[in-house]
Amino acid sequence: MDSLNSLLDGFGTALSPVNLLWAAVGVLLGTAIGVLPGIGPAMAVALLLPVTYGLDPTAAFIMFAGIYYGGMFGGSTTSILLNTPGETAAVVAAMEGHPMAKAGRGAQALAAAAIGHFAGGMIGTILLVFLAPTVADLAVDIGAPDYFAIMVLAFVAVTSVLGSSRIRGFASLLIGLTLGLVGLDRLTGQQRLTFGSLQLADGIDVVIVAVGLFAIGEALWVALHLRTRPDQPIPVGRPWLGKAELRRTWRPWLRGPAIGFPFGAIPAGGAEIPTFLSYVTEKRLSKHRDEFGKGAIEGVAGPESAASASAAGTLVSMLTLGLPTTAVAAVMLAAFQQYGIQPGPLLFEREPDLVWGLIASLFIAMGLLIVLNLPLAPVWAKLLRIPRPYLYAGILFFAAVGAYAVGGEPLDLVILLIIGLLGLLMRRYGLPVLPAVIGVILGPGAELQLRRALQISDGSLTGLVNTPFAVTVYVVIALIVTWPLIRKLLPRRTEARP
Amino acid sequence: MTDTPTGPGGPTLAERLRGRSELGVCALLLILGVLVLGDALTMDTSFAQRGPVGPKTVPVVVGAGLLVVAVLLAVDVLRGGRGEAEGGEDIDLSAPGDWRTVLLLAGVFLGNAVLIQPLGFPISGALLFWGSAYALGSRSFSRDPIVAAVLSVVTFFVFDRLLSVPLPGGPLMGVL
Repeated sequence: MDSLNSLLDGFGTALSPVNLLWAAVGVLLGTAIGVLPGIGPAMAVALLLPVTYGLDPTAAFIMFAGIYYGGMFGGSTTSILLNTPGETAAVVAAMEGHPMAKAGRGAQALAAAAIGHFAGGMIGTILLVFLAPTVADLAVDIGAPDYFAIMVLAFVAVTSVLGSSRIRGFASLLIGLTLGLVGLDRLTGQQRLTFGSLQLADGIDVVIVAVGLFAIGEALWVALHLRTRPDQPIPVGRPWLGKAELRRTWRPWLRGPAIGFPFGAIPAGGAEIPTFLSYVTEKRLSKHRDEFGKGAIEGVAGPESAASASAAGTLVSMLTLGLPTTAVAAVMLAAFQQYGIQPGPLLFEREPDLVWGLIASLFIAMGLLIVLNLPLAPVWAKLLRIPRPYLYAGILFFAAVGAYAVGGEPLDLVILLIIGLLGLLMRRYGLPVLPAVIGVILGPGAELQLRRALQISDGSLTGLVNTPFAVTVYVVIALIVTWPLIRKLLPRRTEARP
Repeated sequence: MTDTPTGPGGPTLAERLRGRSELGVCALLLILGVLVLGDALTMDTSFAQRGPVGPKTVPVVVGAGLLVVAVLLAVDVLRGGRGEAEGGEDIDLSAPGDWRTVLLLAGVFLGNAVLIQPLGFPISGALLFWGSAYALGSRSFSRDPIVAAVLSVVTFFVFDRLLSVPLPGGPLMGVL
């Protein structure tokens, strides 16, 4: 097998002492960030974007992937012990995990979650190894119209599938696209929205937008409504599983990836929907249906496995098509742009060391995570006691470091604060942040591809739909846009949601 | 969704605007749209055009989109639609917004922007952390400054020396 050979080469890259070190740093940071309230993997990767100025790309992405997977592991700890999930992926874990912890079975819940993440991540990553090169091969000769179609798909999906209000999603997307317009036009050098400022002619760096919206916006929003007495986590011992529990959890662990992986690969909001679907499935299949809602272990095992598998699915779309389906993938895409690397079908040909080193490091990260999380869960739970002023002051501090590192310009710090206040406003009024970030990251590229496609077709709009690939993508977009209408026409299903 | 009676003899404009601070978001989108459209339409492209689509097209589309969304959002808000404020682990939405803290934090952050070059990062960063922690309610005058100083100096060395991301050392690092 070709991909197996490449994977072996990848292990050669990932097992070098330096890269092992970065993988370890990534999973440690990721777990800590997942456990810490108020800070998610997307914010963490955004805050760490400045390391891209100093590190080589392979090391940076190995660390980012470790953070992504580690965040999933750590997020369930908070859910189970505190009942306040920080990551959307961990919402479902709180539904069964927290009642288990209250009933004194927190150790089993943590074990079911950790092994679930391990199983889901492993199966998902194995699927990634075999699927990603195939997808890349299929997509290898896609051109400007196809790229444009994929980016439009990302815009439409992120505004329509996520969140409760499409108008607010589109408002957020347009704000992002506007921020992306600032600077010199890439094809003609024309100044746009610079208002004569030399500083703005360079454009607003993606790092500043991502850090501003994710980190400063979040910290200020929390400061506005800071809980005066944080909830106390339930103390817990070392996670373990008995035989009876193992008998109940091994099937959910294996079923989770079947739901999680495909949902991670499509732009449907990452882990939120698959964890929920997995929960419903486990509830329906369980012999202990009456325990659901009061602490059924299947309801922790299945969704957590689905969550980690969806992270692997997300990487398929991000690496092979350059299509970010979650906030973390969007920020990782920004990191690729910092290095001047274009993720997409050609990535596997041009940067095999990077891609396969990254994929191999995922397996290593998973091994490190299970070792770190099973015996050390009580230690991680101590992080929940960090004084909140230090936590949010720290976020502001590292955000400032990151923004200043972009160009050594104090003005960047002012722009960062303004974007942070915008992020605060968006959180206050229910404008989702992700569409804005996707708009900034993909907007300039989308415009470039659009203009290239129309240049080739000499201005004829048919130039945008002259490939089967692009047509397929537009059909999908049409389906997403008209979905609410279609659902109204379909006969109502009599499905009771939990 | 419509809980406001509309039609003749209904509430006055002032009554309908009460509690609708979200209309401020519409105004912001409107201003942004006008700004983008204005900038695009006053652009001189005759000399720079390459290909059938110039640098104007996308800004015009985005600007027009902003105007449309501003109007649609205003209609939604006036009909009683509400943007859902984002929840979180440390967020208590039942409490009224504490704008004093936010203003203090913004002030401290701007202070860092002003001081970072004259004082250097180790000092301005420590002040940023201490000031932020103070604004957020930490009052330990023995522990806070030490935590701030250690964090700031360690961060300086990790980024500036280990990761070769340059940060200004300032007079303090000139002494060491």
